[in-house]
Amino acid sequence: MPLLEVNNLEVCFGLRSGAVKALRNVSFTLERGERLGIVGESGAGKSVLGFSIINLLSRPGRISSGNVHFEGYDLAHLAPEELRSIRGNRISMIFQDPMMTLNPVLTIGTQMVECLLAHRKISVVDAKRIALKKLQQVQIPSPEKRLDQYPHELSGGMRQRIVIAIGLLLDPDIIIADEPTTALDVTIQAEIMDLMLNLCEQNNVALILITHDLGVVSQVTQRMLVMYAGRIIEQGPTKEVINDAQHPYTQGLMNALPQMAIPGQKLNQIKGTMPPLQRIPKGCSFNPRCEYVMDICEQKLPSFTESGNCQVACHMVAESKQDELLGNEV
Amino acid sequence: MAEQNDSLVQVRDLYKRFSISGDFLDQLQFKGGKITRHQEYVHAINGVSLDVMPGEALCVVGESGCGKSTVARTVMGLLTPTAGQISYRGERIDNLSDKQMLPYRKKMQMIFQNPYASLNPRMTIMETLQEPIRFHNPSMTLTEVKDKIAEVMLSVGVDPSWGERYSHEFSGGQRQRISIARALAVDPEFIVADEPISALDVSIQAQVLNLMMDAQEQRNLTYLFITHDLSVVEHFGTRVAVMYLGTLCELAPTKQLFSSPRHPYTQALMSAIPRLEDDRPDYIKLSGEVPTPVNLPSGCVFHGRCPHANERCKQEIPVLTLLDDGTQVACHGVEENRL
Repeated sequence: MPLLEVNNLEVCFGLRSGAVKALRNVSFTLERGERLGIVGESGAGKSVLGFSIINLLSRPGRISSGNVHFEGYDLAHLAPEELRSIRGNRISMIFQDPMMTLNPVLTIGTQMVECLLAHRKISVVDAKRIALKKLQQVQIPSPEKRLDQYPHELSGGMRQRIVIAIGLLLDPDIIIADEPTTALDVTIQAEIMDLMLNLCEQNNVALILITHDLGVVSQVTQRMLVMYAGRIIEQGPTKEVINDAQHPYTQGLMNALPQMAIPGQKLNQIKGTMPPLQRIPKGCSFNPRCEYVMDICEQKLPSFTESGNCQVACHMVAESKQDELLGNEV
Repeated sequence: MAEQNDSLVQVRDLYKRFSISGDFLDQLQFKGGKITRHQEYVHAINGVSLDVMPGEALCVVGESGCGKSTVARTVMGLLTPTAGQISYRGERIDNLSDKQMLPYRKKMQMIFQNPYASLNPRMTIMETLQEPIRFHNPSMTLTEVKDKIAEVMLSVGVDPSWGERYSHEFSGGQRQRISIARALAVDPEFIVADEPISALDVSIQAQVLNLMMDAQEQRNLTYLFITHDLSVVEHFGTRVAVMYLGTLCELAPTKQLFSSPRHPYTQALMSAIPRLEDDRPDYIKLSGEVPTPVNLPSGCVFHGRCPHANERCKQEIPVLTLLDDGTQVACHGVEENRL
């Protein structure tokens, strides 16, 4: 049984102009210790997905249907008190901007101890000892000193290390990291990613990494989901998706990377932009931008087709697979 | 520097520091029975010299806080340098009055990072594009202005019929196109682009980069392109300048820099780019973090994090030296043939 199982999750934002579905029919699983990447452009729904796993959505957003199974609980329909015992404890979250995540008026030590005391019946002294140990794990220089410092006294990279330490504080089973290195510089990003990778491996923690950076995903994760306009359009082992992307959108995303083009030549661009959620076209939501668009793409929503170890939601891939099958039978 | 006179923009020994100690009264401190004046500065740029050649795209890369945007703004005349010279086609422009600067502003335009902040939300696209044209060409008739706007809008792939809309009605990529159109509207020769694509998504980044490359070809533009994204640089840049803590570490033709980076910082920066091809590259681990530009380290600014630093690096500031292969590097190690 997988550690986490998301089934047909649908998230709705009730706006004055009507309800907007930010996630549609999202299903995936996560095994213990697995590292899963969620990629997509801004507005694709990847952060909403991360938030809705632990039901952190605030009004007007809500889970309108579907479930999130975690150890016999359905997180999508759990009472707030029960949810609190899981959030931060069994599933923790790391956000993009460490300056926004840490409380500016509390010392690092207070924030860490507070988190421990909220979930465990231990003394403050013990809590401090655990906090110190976690700070050492994230390789912060002079950790004893940091406990008494305020977030503004630390650099961006250091703050993100603290946030990771807080995420690991209660030895969770799953860490959801929402763009954890986007606000950092490349050299710091490499260090932080390396650190997260090692810590997850050592402690057998599953990681859900939400990012727009395909390079980071390819280096850190084992499996990945590609999202577009609120749906998963392709999923599979990271290596296979990166090396042999099936969905035209994933292909386009890869080809648009400057490193895929010959220096000085034009980049391969995907025409147009992602439609706003109120105006998602009929059929496949990628159809107005797709270069292989067929009649059926404008009519019918594609379902998942198995392609190798990947699942792709594309009519073209489905047809070519069917042709293959028919060809084999004849 | 033999081709001194050929360069379009020449920056010589540029220094820029910002006071962070407030006004005069804030600076007074009571210490040991005496009132003393205490001033602190952020040393944003420390002796940067570079030449931008006509028709090239010179990319400036570095981590946040290394002074790359300050260089861009100082070159544009938006900030006055603390010391040093900036020349445009051999004429010094850093000490000109606003009025004397006017003809240069028409030739030099800037594209900013955040298209959400750089377009006036109260102006329609038409008004946004009209303003620079009418300001710089007061003799133009309204029809000529309108034709010009239609031309630039078409050239950046924005439908001219959208002119009556406001900027909030557009997506990030479209807004950035409009900012590019605004820069192109006065037919500049030189464009400073300060992280023009970092606020955009990958598929939109490609569209905007292609647009900038087309514009360069058609209008024979010269770019000073500020970015932190090295993979974009590899694609876009003719030459690359790598900055660290307000100083120039290395300046080389793009191909050379990517095939054989010389400065230890450039090497670390290159190896840290997450790439698609390999799993976990053995990147060069830098210890520690970037020091603050308030109290600059002595000697080479990079020595605290450099794996090859020795005593000389801690004492003496390295100067940019031209190597045989055309690369300019500021590093004692390279100079001594240790690296």
